[in-house]
Formats: sequence, C-alpha cells, structure tokens
Amino acid sequence: MSFDVMIVGVGGQGTILASNILGMACVEEGRPVRGAETHGMAQRGGSVECSVRIDGEFGPLVDPGTADLLLSFDLLEALRYRHFLRPSARVVTNTAIITPTPVFTQELSLPSPGECLERLAPFGPIALDAGALAREAGSELALNVVLIGAASHLLPLAPESLLAAIERSVPPKTVGVNRRAFALGREAAVRNRQGDGVVPPKSS
Amino acid sequence: MGRQYLLGNEAIAHAALEGGVGFVAGYPGTPSSEVIDLLRAARPEGIHVEWSTNEKVAFENALGAAWCGVRALFTTKHVGLNVAADPLMTSGYTGVTGGLVILSADDPFAHSSQNEQDSRLYAAMAGLPCLDPTTIGEAHAMLRDAFALSEELGLPVLFRPTTRICHSKADVELGRVSGERRAAAFARDPRQYVVIPAHTRVLHRRLNEKQPLVRERILNLGFNEGECRGRRAVIASGIAASYARETLPGEISLFTVRAYPLDPEQLRSFCHGHDEVLVVEEGAPVVEEQVRQVAGSAAVYGKLTGHVPAEGELSSSAVRAALAKAGFAEPPAAPPTPEDGIPPRPPILCAGCPHRAFFFAMKRVFRDGVFPSDIGCYTLGLQLGAVDTTICMGASVTVGSGIAQTAGGDVVATIGDSTFLHSGIQGLINAVHNGAEMILVILDNRTTAMTGHQPNPTTGTTATGEPAPRVSLDAICRACGVSWVETVDPYDMTGTVATLRDAKGRRGVRVVIAKKPCVINERRAKVSRPRFAVDPDACSGCRACLRFGCPALAFEDGQALVTDLCSGCGVCASLCPQGAIARAGRPPAEGGAT
Repeated sequence: MSFDVMIVGVGGQGTILASNILGMACVEEGRPVRGAETHGMAQRGGSVECSVRIDGEFGPLVDPGTADLLLSFDLLEALRYRHFLRPSARVVTNTAIITPTPVFTQELSLPSPGECLERLAPFGPIALDAGALAREAGSELALNVVLIGAASHLLPLAPESLLAAIERSVPPKTVGVNRRAFALGREAAVRNRQGDGVVPPKSS
Repeated sequence: MGRQYLLGNEAIAHAALEGGVGFVAGYPGTPSSEVIDLLRAARPEGIHVEWSTNEKVAFENALGAAWCGVRALFTTKHVGLNVAADPLMTSGYTGVTGGLVILSADDPFAHSSQNEQDSRLYAAMAGLPCLDPTTIGEAHAMLRDAFALSEELGLPVLFRPTTRICHSKADVELGRVSGERRAAAFARDPRQYVVIPAHTRVLHRRLNEKQPLVRERILNLGFNEGECRGRRAVIASGIAASYARETLPGEISLFTVRAYPLDPEQLRSFCHGHDEVLVVEEGAPVVEEQVRQVAGSAAVYGKLTGHVPAEGELSSSAVRAALAKAGFAEPPAAPPTPEDGIPPRPPILCAGCPHRAFFFAMKRVFRDGVFPSDIGCYTLGLQLGAVDTTICMGASVTVGSGIAQTAGGDVVATIGDSTFLHSGIQGLINAVHNGAEMILVILDNRTTAMTGHQPNPTTGTTATGEPAPRVSLDAICRACGVSWVETVDPYDMTGTVATLRDAKGRRGVRVVIAKKPCVINERRAKVSRPRFAVDPDACSGCRACLRFGCPALAFEDGQALVTDLCSGCGVCASLCPQGAIARAGRPPAEGGAT
C-alpha cells in the first residue's frame, strides 16, 4: 500500500518543488514513488494540486477519500481538497489565505480562518503561519520547506532523507535558509501538538 | 545515472538522447512542451533542436532530417497533429531512412485543450505503428527504442503518451546518452520522395503490403500481453492499464495493450478463454472496436456499452466503478463530496497582464462588438466578456471574417503573436483579399506565454538561445495588404481607446498591434515599476476598479486596496472615477511578491 500525499495551494506558491522533495526523498530511500501535478494554464493564480504516492507502483492520481496526508499552502485550499482525505488522514496547513479574486469581483463570501480550521478538525490539523516561519528562516520562498518540516512528523520518510532531498532541490546558496526552514517547521508542529492537544502524538 | 524522480516528459526527453536523436522540432502545446524545453536547455552538441512556427512546419522539418538518415523527433499536442496531418498521411507512403518518432501527447479530460481527440486513430489512418506506454518507465524505454523500430520498418512511429504520463512523475532509471552523430546526406530517389500519382499509387500498395510485417513486429516485441486468471478479463491500454493493475481483483485476467496495430489472432485467442471482457481505455474505443470483431461468444463491455465513461480521463476509482458496473467487483463506497461554500479560484490573467488592459479598452470602445479570439493566455479574457469564440489555433481572424461577411457589425478578433505566426497570417491575407470589414488585434507579448514562455520569431532568440532576427508584425500585416496598421501600448488606456475609436470609424481590414512584453518575462528580466496604492481619503468604495479583475486589487472595510502583487502597470489608476489610485513611490523590493 502506498502512503498518499496531496499537496495543494495557489499557482506560483512552490507546490511542485515540495512534491519533488518528497519524491526525491523516496528515491533516496530506494522506494518506488508516483506523482502527478498541474501544469499549463492553471498556474496563473489558480488552485493547484500535486499528488505524491510514497511506495506507489501504479497510477499517479490520488482519488477522493483515499489520501493519507494533505499538505496545504493556503488554508482555504485545505478545505477545498478536504474530500480527498480518508477518515484517518491528517492535515498540515499554512494558516494564511490568499483571497481568491472572485471574492472581490463577484462579492462572494469567504470562510474565516477559524471556520476553515473547525471544518478540518476531524483530521487533527497542524496549522502554522508558514510564511512568518519562512521569513524567520531567511526567505519567504522557503514556505514550502517549512511545511515539509512540519509534515515530517507524519510522513513515512526519515528526516535525513527529506533534508538530503531538500539540499539537492534548492539553489546551493539557499541551503542554509532551507535547513533552518525545515527545522522551524518541524519544531512548530511539535509546539502546535502540545499547544492545543488536538494532535495525538505520533509513534515513530 | 542511477534512479531519479522525474516528470514523464523529462524521462522522454532523456530517452530521445539515449536513442541517438539528431534532430528535434515541434510547436509548444500542453502536455508535450517540456520535452523540447528540456532538450533545448541541455543544448546537446551536434543535435539540432528547434521550436518551429507550427506543427506542419515542424513535422516536415523532421521528415526532411529523417530522409537524410538522421534520427528525428517531432513533438506536438494531440490537436497539433491535425495541423501536421497533411504530411503525416503521406509519410507512411514515402517512409523514412533515419528513424522518425512522432510524439503526439493526448489530453483526456481536456485539462488544457479544446478537445479530447485520440492520436491512435491517426496512426491507424496513416498506416503507422503506434506506441501507448502504460507507465513513465515504459515511456522512457519505448521512446528510446522507437527510433530503431522506425528504421527497421522504414516508417515513422507514432508515440502517444497522455497527460498522466507526460505530467506525472515516477522513479526512473536513466541510461547513457548516445554519442553517435550520423553524417547526414540526402539520397535522391524521386520514386520515393516525389509523390506524383504514378509514384504514389505504387507507394500506397507498398505501405499496405508492409502492414502484416508491422503487426508481426509489434506482436514479437511483446508489447501486448495477456495473463489468464479466470473466466472474466479486463483489456486495458496506456495509463488505464496502470489503474487496472491497482484495482483488479485477483481472479480477473488482464490483457495489457501498449502498441498498435493489434494482432487479431492474439486478441481472439485471449478473448476465447473468457466469458466476459471489459475494455478499459482513455480516448476513443480503439481497442474495444477491435475486440468486438474477434470476441466470438465472449460478452464485451466498454465505452460502447456505457460501462466505461465515453469522455474524460480515467483513474483508479473510475476503473473500480467500471469493474463494479460489469459485475466484476463489489461497488466501491461512495467517496466524500467536496465542501460547500468555498469561493472558486480559477486561473486568471496575472497582475499587470497587458492582455487584461487591452481587453478593458476594447470593451469600452466596442460595447456591441463580436469578439472572436484564439488560443493562448488571452483566452482567459472569457472572464472579462472579451472572448466570444475559440475553436483552434489561428481561427480568430478566419471565424471573425466569416462573421463579418455574414452578420456584419463590429468584429474585433484577438490573436497572440505566436498564434498569429502559427496560422493567423493566411487568414489575414484571406480577409484582405475577400474584402472583410473587421479589426484584427495582435496581442504581442513577444513570447509563447501560456505553454511556458518559449521563444518565437518575435522574441529575438531561437529555442537554444542563439540570436535570431525579430520578425516585424507590422511589416507582415502591411505585406498581407492591410493599409491601416497601428501599434499601441496597452498600459496606455487613453491612447489605446483613442486608436480603437479611430479604427472603428474606418473600413476594410484594420490591424492593431497591442505590444507589451509578458509581465512574467519582465519580472524575470528584473524590470521593476513603482507600485500603485489607493488613497483611503479619496476612495469612495464604488468598486469600479474591481471590475478590472486584477488579482492585485482587493477590497477591505468598504475600500479598495492595492496588494503587493501589483506590478505597477497603472491601468487601475486610469479607471478610478475618483482618481484615488496613484503611484506609491519606490519600486518593490526584488522578489518581494508573496
């Protein structure tokens, strides 16, 4: 059985790099992996999704109701893809929401961050301000690595493999920033776990 | 090389190098574009890589190279094969000496396409073998070996990956890049290469006579194979076979199809061992139709019986549903449904996109106009009410002149620079020649933006970065016989509106070139303009600016707001009735957008 991850966000946020890191970490551990991603026009600020099937040997797609982990770069997008999760799945999400332009142009209502988190509650969300942690690490662009750090507690991959994959996928000048981003995300997830008690401890 | 986590198109591009390709040509189109993008970035020595002006041009270039004995690769998306269909249909007659692989990437579900056509039908119509890999690993190995197969048969080979092969990823073991560089030479042989009737009748007979050999070769290569496990079977092709492998109950047999033409005897003997057969494939019922011819007493289920969806793409859950419908498996539990009340987040034109600015001016001048358009980022102008028709590349000007010649009124057609050079020019000549009353607008952003900013003849560089002359769109239009050609800066709302008003009052075919580089390319080139901001004391909250639809405009606490996505185009400032939007001063910090 594969461990199926959905990575979702807004076009341009770096979801594809995040999926590459997970895929490369699988290769690092000598495990098969499959993935799929959105290319082309959807990148123009649209909602984007990537899948990574760790130990996957068949097709690249994750079907609704079957994902083990949702890694979301935007809290609203976490809610949009909620139905991909199986009941035992977990969610790691950024707390920021980029307001979709139709909210302004068509005067649509937007669920509040609190409401989004409430609707994700059955999946014990680890929610963190990944942008702030990325800036603390040294660059806003490290947002994806912060989220991977936070998800590292839940992924069936060794942190060392993830770090090795990160080092191979980011520009050499930014390795330090990204190592810090990974550590900050990883720590924030632990704090999150202790803070609200929503998240059961993971045996590892 | 070791194992790597690669995009299907990356594995395919590398396979071409392993297979000894010497010439590569194509036109960008999702999901095929990355193959040439990766090859041109690698700049392999002694291999010609080009973005051609359209698919017919690319195909014929590749054919010429293959006639010189070089291994050649032509890449296109499925609908591009329509453009190249003319030479394709005769390429089996002439055959090739160097291996020629036609990569035509199909897009079931039309993720980024105007239709869901199936390239396998083209291969059958042209009498060519067709490869349909079921995984990225197979795509890699099959494309690498396709050049040799093409040479052995003396025929081009059609290679048909789908979106979920091209744009999915897997761990792949790459091989060694071939160091072979062939000496190219054209061997004159008019009976082979000049398809006058006397020659082509002979060539057609030879192509038909070759078909049993093609079938036998596909059979012997073992691409298509069955495994019998019970009295019921699934026959699956391409990526659908991967979904079948994941979902198939243990007692159901599986026949995997990876190449065509199918051998009827092989299919017949497989079907005869079963009582019921379910055919699972994306695209047209190509395999299913052939199974029906040989199935004998076995019941056949598939698209034609409604067991498999006739449109869209498949997935493991779709195959599971088909298995249940055929009675091969228990019905799966209903999947969870999407959450309600989530505002949509469709792809939209970027902040500062010159297309949006132009469309806004166009809508202001031509309130009752008809707006035929074309294929590119600007098709998103649909959201602004600025796109009334889109059918295929180059059809803005031709559909436009057809409407103008019949319904009349203000017809304002929009087309991108790359699309105009692809297949818009002939339509423009036709409109002038036949006296259409219309305006053609070339949205000239100096690149092929939607598919990933590939250079084109307006860019000034070739695919591999060599300097190339920039064609003059103005001179082309004048040479087509258009006497009134004006160039505008779409960020200059006042000037653009004035030029369009002028155009509206004139007769004949008029051309407006809305020239501004793509904002993404400008950002990459580190062009920075000061951002704009809303003066809260002046903003009345009228929301006029929001109708512009720019993603950098927000609305909070009853007032408009310019966010840090702003690229400084300034068009919103000219739209505000209160004059409340103005330059904020300093340019944004580098990479500061969030």
